[in-house]
Amino acid sequence: MVIYAGLQFENSCEVGVFSKLTNAYCLVAIGGSENFYSAFESELADVIPVVKTSIAGTRIIGRLCAGNKNGLLVPHNTTDQELQHLRNSLPDQVVVQRIEEKLSALGNCIACNDHVALTHTDLDKETEEIIADVLGVEVFRQTIAGNILVGSYCALSNRGGLVHPHTSIEDLDELSTLLQVPLVAGTINRGSEVIAAGMTVNDWMAFCGSDTTATELSVIESVFKLREAQPTAIVEEMRKSLIDSYV
Amino acid sequence: MASNMFVVPQTRGTVLCCKCGISMAPNPANMCVTCLRSEVDITEGLRKHVTIMHCPECDSYLQPPRTWIKAQLESKELLTFCVKRLETDLKKVRLVNAEFIWTEPHSKRLKVKLKVQKEVLNGAILEQSYVVEYVQQDHMCESCTRIQANPDQWVASVQIRQRVTHRRTFFYLEQLILKHDAAVHAIKIKQMDQGIDLFFANRSHAVKFVEFLGKVAPTRSRHDKQLVSHDSKSNNYNYKYTFSVEISPICREDLICLPPKVAASLGNLGPLVICTKVTNNITLLDPLTLRQCFLDTEQYWRHSFKSLLGSRQLVEYDIFNIEVVSPEYNLGGSKYVIADAEVARVSDYGKLFYIRTHLGHLLKPGDRALGYDLYGANSNNIELDKYKGLVLPEAILIKKSYEEKRQKKRGKPRPWKLKSLEMEVDEFRGRGNEQKVESDYEEFLRDLEENPELRFNLSLYRNREYQLSEMVSVSDGDDAPSVPLEELLADLELSEQEDGEDGMRE
Repeated sequence: MVIYAGLQFENSCEVGVFSKLTNAYCLVAIGGSENFYSAFESELADVIPVVKTSIAGTRIIGRLCAGNKNGLLVPHNTTDQELQHLRNSLPDQVVVQRIEEKLSALGNCIACNDHVALTHTDLDKETEEIIADVLGVEVFRQTIAGNILVGSYCALSNRGGLVHPHTSIEDLDELSTLLQVPLVAGTINRGSEVIAAGMTVNDWMAFCGSDTTATELSVIESVFKLREAQPTAIVEEMRKSLIDSYV
Repeated sequence: MASNMFVVPQTRGTVLCCKCGISMAPNPANMCVTCLRSEVDITEGLRKHVTIMHCPECDSYLQPPRTWIKAQLESKELLTFCVKRLETDLKKVRLVNAEFIWTEPHSKRLKVKLKVQKEVLNGAILEQSYVVEYVQQDHMCESCTRIQANPDQWVASVQIRQRVTHRRTFFYLEQLILKHDAAVHAIKIKQMDQGIDLFFANRSHAVKFVEFLGKVAPTRSRHDKQLVSHDSKSNNYNYKYTFSVEISPICREDLICLPPKVAASLGNLGPLVICTKVTNNITLLDPLTLRQCFLDTEQYWRHSFKSLLGSRQLVEYDIFNIEVVSPEYNLGGSKYVIADAEVARVSDYGKLFYIRTHLGHLLKPGDRALGYDLYGANSNNIELDKYKGLVLPEAILIKKSYEEKRQKKRGKPRPWKLKSLEMEVDEFRGRGNEQKVESDYEEFLRDLEENPELRFNLSLYRNREYQLSEMVSVSDGDDAPSVPLEELLADLELSEQEDGEDGMRE
């Protein structure tokens, strides 16, 4: 399956809060039951490492850390043990870096893929430099639909991106130009606007919360290009009802 | 990044509805309206069936606990009433629109379509319309029950009396009551000997009527009550209230001999005066000196004198000669000229009188006038006796007589007519009185024709049966006074009023 829908972490459909998925690794929160972990494991075990962890003693790891295949950034309140555990479990080419930043929910402040990152407008200059360094990306300070928490309202992969539904067409165009990927405004988990909290995605796989409707799934499938092999005609047809902009 | 001075125009994009996938503008719920409606029903928990009480007799609806509201089907009042019955429900949602859906009038069902708005799912405001059905149950209201049980039941009555032999005052009063709609609340009106009785269902209506009378006539009233029933538990007492109103016996054109005290208080007004106008003040005119005085209701009742001679005792005089003595005086709108006249009674040309009259402006030799024959009258009046050495004039002329001209028009209908109150006539009045009453009425109508200021307060209506052509052929130079057509209320108004009333009774 390229989309794993119907995922729940302890009866909450906010998958993106409790997990972080990149092209090189996957982080999963420690939950009461093993169902959440085994969902990821079943799909990803032979491809990338799936690591159970906590950050700063919390389970909301998806919103606290930001990363891509090159590196992982964790907030200043991450404990040393957690940091060590991460460094041990993740592949060597992934640089794990702890940042001293007053905005500690890095997952909410930074949306990134392997080439480009969007950040909160009030982020420190040093943090920006560290991001550019560690993650190897180009950093842009942006807002999405007037919201400064770009990390929460946008889910990004190297193939496409899903943003807040109230984003205007001009904004979409601008962001798309910056990010160099097609963007679509849509919803997740039955009309929720907080996209990144409801799902997590990488180049070939997406995990969505249990409340996601079929319409939303089809939108995700098409924008992140997750379909196995598709004749162009069907894609073109779908595109009529979506707003895309290509570079 | 938009700079401060230049703002990028923002066009809203479209998203797919998360349920059905159709393209729509993003809204706080991110679902298209149909999906949202199927998802959330804001009319859940609102009443769709309500029972209301309706009184079939007076077509009114009960607003608990006790008020009955009169309303027509599909009227604004009924809509307000229906919406008010749903007040508790409508606190939860916001009412945007309400209208009636047609139902069969006899079906005893009322349908109202209400459009309401409510906030759902993180900020989206949903608007939905739904239908409420009202079942009408028939239940007689208290006042109708009371009327049905005993139609003659009254709570307050007003008894108006005037101790005179004619009914002119009551004709005039009737017209005044009609004009001011003072007897709207009267259950019953009864004509009695020397007066009228009115019955009301409510004491306050009776009080209002008595006050109205006090404004239009010099009256004296007293009131009483009689206990009908007593509820010892709640200490409720039911009474029957009676108001007795007496109108002063002084009428227009009466000749009055003032008691010495009154004459003195009015500045030695010559003891013989004529009453020229009666409202809640009495206007007295001394015909020999042309002095006019006003007597307040209170002042009158302090002395309560009676008139010496009334309009029934008017006698016709023929004028042989008139000599104007004084210039024209204008007294409160009416002109008077003092003149010396040589007159004789029509019934007895043998005796000539040389008298002073105040009608010098009206009379010419050859005219006829009506006046009081003091020479021939035998007055038993205490007040008159009090004046020692008073020389009575032999006759006092009151008004010009148009009797001859009226002869020509006798039997022909007038171009105008009056409305009348529905009165029950007491069987007590014998047959003999009928003729008197009719002649009184005729006099009254003539009075109206002759006096524009009397007409001022009343409404006259055009007589549809009257044919204009006849009037033209009969008219000659010196015509009897008649009501000019402009003063008549248009025919249209009368018919509209009548038809309108019928319409509403439907």
